[in-house]
Amino acid sequence: MSELMKLKLAEARDALRSGKITAVELTDASLAAIDSSKPLNAFVHDTSEIARAQAIAADERLQAGEAPDMCGLPIGIKDLFCTNGVTTQAASAILDGFKPQYESTVSKKLFNDGSVMVGKLNMDEFAMGSSNETSVYGNAVNPWKVDDRDLTPGGSSGGSAAAVAAETCLAATGTDTGGSIRQPAAFTGITGIKPTYGRCSRWGIVAFASSLDQAGPVTKDVRDAAIMLEAMAGFDAKDSTSVNLPVPNFEAALTGDIRGKTIGIPKEYRVDGMPDELETLWSDGTSMLRDAGAIIKNISLPHTKYALPAYYVIAPAEASSNLARYDGVRFGQRAKLEAGDGITEMYEKTRADGFGAEVKRRIMIGTYVLSAGFYDAYYNRARRVRALIKRDFEQVFSDGVDAILTPSTPSAAFGLGEMAALDPVKMYLFDVFTVTVNLAGLPGISIPAGLDSKGLPLGLQLIGRPWEEGDLLNTAFTLENALDFNAKPNKWWI
Amino acid sequence: MSIDTKTAARVAKLARIKVDEADLPALAQEFTNILGFIEQLNEVDVEGIEPMTSVTPQRLFRREDVVNDGNQQDAVLRNAPDAREGFFAVPMVVE
Repeated sequence: MSELMKLKLAEARDALRSGKITAVELTDASLAAIDSSKPLNAFVHDTSEIARAQAIAADERLQAGEAPDMCGLPIGIKDLFCTNGVTTQAASAILDGFKPQYESTVSKKLFNDGSVMVGKLNMDEFAMGSSNETSVYGNAVNPWKVDDRDLTPGGSSGGSAAAVAAETCLAATGTDTGGSIRQPAAFTGITGIKPTYGRCSRWGIVAFASSLDQAGPVTKDVRDAAIMLEAMAGFDAKDSTSVNLPVPNFEAALTGDIRGKTIGIPKEYRVDGMPDELETLWSDGTSMLRDAGAIIKNISLPHTKYALPAYYVIAPAEASSNLARYDGVRFGQRAKLEAGDGITEMYEKTRADGFGAEVKRRIMIGTYVLSAGFYDAYYNRARRVRALIKRDFEQVFSDGVDAILTPSTPSAAFGLGEMAALDPVKMYLFDVFTVTVNLAGLPGISIPAGLDSKGLPLGLQLIGRPWEEGDLLNTAFTLENALDFNAKPNKWWI
Repeated sequence: MSIDTKTAARVAKLARIKVDEADLPALAQEFTNILGFIEQLNEVDVEGIEPMTSVTPQRLFRREDVVNDGNQQDAVLRNAPDAREGFFAVPMVVE
């Protein structure tokens, strides 16, 4: 059974189409693997009944021929995606018991293609966190382990990354507002891509910061990312920021030929305290791209340093507005009220009980920066700085750069609980290399590059031009081939 | 900028999140730390730069102004903590 779970999406697709395996076998193998992965706490809602029904339907489609790529493939869905009739909590107590009466566009597209939902996945509450520790379900655990400590799988898509790295499902959906796909992928030795803003519909995904949020796949390799992203992407009239452009065949873009492409290496992404192994991997990756025929160019993105502070104005501001809807009236939980409590007390108690500490902190910071007298000084200034960050990228792209190579994170995964005593700002710094990409709306992919001195995975990030995911995936594919990373965690949890 | 407990209480009120009096000093300190981090933005020369409203250079498209959904009262009320007679129920708002 577990041999099946070693398959990649592309391999499983081909085996399904040739009739070597069935979707039911694959789904049973996934459900069994999930069952034995409880210590990872990656899966938080059981959807095995739905999965079995979807697998039977997928087998029928496969037998009839003409099945889409994703048909019959068992995937996990992040708890941020509204799934029809299936508990969707965004890992928050305030949405305890919430069963959407509709399906998010992205999950609907995946199911229409025949994908099998084997469970809902753990995450940081409302996707606010970088370690999966703000979840109401408790943290997910990284399958990678090198000593007694349990490590974070990263966040916010920590459950997605842990589940895929542990080979309990073949791929998973994630969302990325400041690095929430790429950072967990880097921490768990797998691949994750955040597409261009507007490529995937946000409809039915619980909103955190609407101008930054994008869905994307968390997969075992670049080819799988290409296959799954194509299934997730596309225009949707229900999301006014989704863009009406054709979705190319991303897998067909994987030629492995990047001769003549220009790769930028930004000097601002070399930060103090970066481990030597990361420096080495970054320069090795650069050499590999050069050896593959790319032109390497040193570039400058001068406003990089201001991306995190700008993000910590814009994202909380949007969150404070988006999360105003959790008021104890239409969905989720309402706090127990005392005699004489009016509607204001209902709001205040419901939100005090239902939101966790980090979510409250961000809502209140957002409220503050949007409040009268501070709007210009904080919110408008941050939006101006955001325009400059985007302009930095536009300038290097107009100078002929096709993609930018950086580390994905400033270090490998840290121990769960290690950041708790520190200032929240320390945790924010883990997104230093990923957050710029959200602010500029660009596509970014993290691929596993190697191990640090302790034996933990490190990732490299490639950032592409807007709407050029195919080109970006091809560069990542070329680098992946050269890096030849194939280390896997020991299955200590079984 | 240092945030005092009075400001912290005002922000909590605006955000409709109940914060106990005893927790206000710690909250004010957290705000101070985070705003201190944010204040790096003051170093940037933003003269003449328009605040970004949309990261993609497109106007939001408009849908046809037609009814395309509706008649879903049950589905809309299904998740309400308190729904009665086809309405959301809340504590009394007017005397």
